Amino acid sequence: MDKDSVGIVETKYFTFAEPPNEMLLESGEKLGPVTIAYETYGELNFSADNAILITHALSGDAHVAGFHSKNDRKGGWWDFMVGPGRPFDTNKYFVICSNVIGGCKGSTGPTSVNPKTGKPYNLSFPVVTIGDMVKAQKELVLHLGVKKLLTVVGGSMGGMQVLEWAIKYPDMVATALPVATTSRLNAQGIAFDEVGRQAIYADAHWQKGNYSENELVPAQGLSVARMLAHITYLSEESMHEKFGRRLREKERYGFDFSTDFEVESYLRYQGESFIKRFDANTYLYITKAMDYFDLCRDFGSLENAFKDVRAKFLVLSFSSDWLFPTAHSKEIVRALMVNRKDVTFCEIPSPYGHDAFLLRNEYMEKMVTDFLFYAYD
Amino acid sequence: MPYRTLKQIRLDLQLIADLIKDDSRVLDLGCGTGDLLLKLVNEKNVRGHGVEIDVKNILSCVEKGVPVIQADMDAWLGDYPDNSFDYVILSQTLQAVKKPHIILNEMLRVGQTGIVSLLNFGYWKVRSQLFLSGKMPRTKTLPYEWYNTPNIHLTTIKDFKSLCDKQNITVKRQINLTQSRKGGFLVNLRPNFFANLAIFIIENKH
Repeated sequence: MDKDSVGIVETKYFTFAEPPNEMLLESGEKLGPVTIAYETYGELNFSADNAILITHALSGDAHVAGFHSKNDRKGGWWDFMVGPGRPFDTNKYFVICSNVIGGCKGSTGPTSVNPKTGKPYNLSFPVVTIGDMVKAQKELVLHLGVKKLLTVVGGSMGGMQVLEWAIKYPDMVATALPVATTSRLNAQGIAFDEVGRQAIYADAHWQKGNYSENELVPAQGLSVARMLAHITYLSEESMHEKFGRRLREKERYGFDFSTDFEVESYLRYQGESFIKRFDANTYLYITKAMDYFDLCRDFGSLENAFKDVRAKFLVLSFSSDWLFPTAHSKEIVRALMVNRKDVTFCEIPSPYGHDAFLLRNEYMEKMVTDFLFYAYD
Repeated sequence: MPYRTLKQIRLDLQLIADLIKDDSRVLDLGCGTGDLLLKLVNEKNVRGHGVEIDVKNILSCVEKGVPVIQADMDAWLGDYPDNSFDYVILSQTLQAVKKPHIILNEMLRVGQTGIVSLLNFGYWKVRSQLFLSGKMPRTKTLPYEWYNTPNIHLTTIKDFKSLCDKQNITVKRQINLTQSRKGGFLVNLRPNFFANLAIFIIENKH
């Protein structure tokens, strides 16, 4: 463990919206009680103005940094960004990360037990939106004694939450840091999500969502969904660099349908490791939430959406990201600029596609560090 | 570590800064490492941002706390609404843009006043290099070879002023510099020959 790691951390839980005070969702349905799994790092200062909220992407969770036990081989999903002396410096800042509602990593979602029936919700769980996720996070943030966040930051679906935060709760967000994100998925993005969902529907074990954890689960469908999605997170260049046409432990083609190429083996591994840590119904819900997110539809136009934001923005995209391309970030920047908001934008050079935001990058780390320096100054 | 203050600044940037009124809104096109904007924010309480294409320069701006948008100004400028700024600045950059005449008009569409600083290709040392050696001139401020220069639209003070005229733009003021100093009598008498750099304050003719 590095000396600038946050070390051993634990996931905590916060429950609210106990009936009859359920949380009202965008769909009009009610949900309660709602539990949020979260982790915090560093200390909230006396004036409570050093809090940073990190929002996670599709398959992320509250465990953004540190280790749950000494035996953990890997740290949290953005470990290199959070810790003493790291960009989200835990000597200075109080860092919060929570699992989204609708998730399967400790927050209330389709795998949770419905208190009314004593059984898992499965598909009876109401469809939640990015707005609902953020609304629930707001309850957590207030519960932790924070009235105004120094920064809300996140990549991909996390970036959608950042935009939502800045727009819905302008007085609670001092700065916003959306990374590799969009104000709405394009048809291509929705299409990939739909193929992923179809892979799950097509798995016989899915049973219209009514599988339970101890029975057979739609692992094959979820695995295929992940394999497809994983391709969209890489770039042609990075796949070529990493695998090329190299064969897997053989010199010549097998002339059968076993694994021939390295890239096949890699994707299968990605699919297989994903099914150990993720739930198929949850995958349906979260991709749906991403598909529904559309600030233009909600506000008439993107310019209108950002009219009342008060946060200073640092918008970052990555040059080889074709799933959430730079043009999408620039639309956000344009809308902020038209509204005369304080915005900085950079397209960071990287060959690693959409996944780049999860990888170490000196440009990203330096800009985030410096941007926060002035935000907190 | 980030830093807020800056001691030394290019003379033309210093002179441009002196022209800007307090509390105004400023757009700095091709803002480089953000030195001018930093000065304007610190000393004149200016609001605004820079536009810059080079990622290393973006990093320097963020390090100074200067808001900046990474974009190609030829493509980006069209997105600003009319009259968004009091001043639009283009310092030693006009020679590198794709369509200088369009940039000038756009500057005065999105801003009230334009401030352009220009490297004068009519400067006597440049002329004499071409005249004597018969080769494309290279100077301290224009150090590139003809084949790798980003400066695709080099111009003289005279050329610039006739373009302004053609585009219905008035030059409100002209400051001539030579060898990094404000020009004296001779330079102001024949700037196109003696000034290596000039600053123009431009506005639309009404």
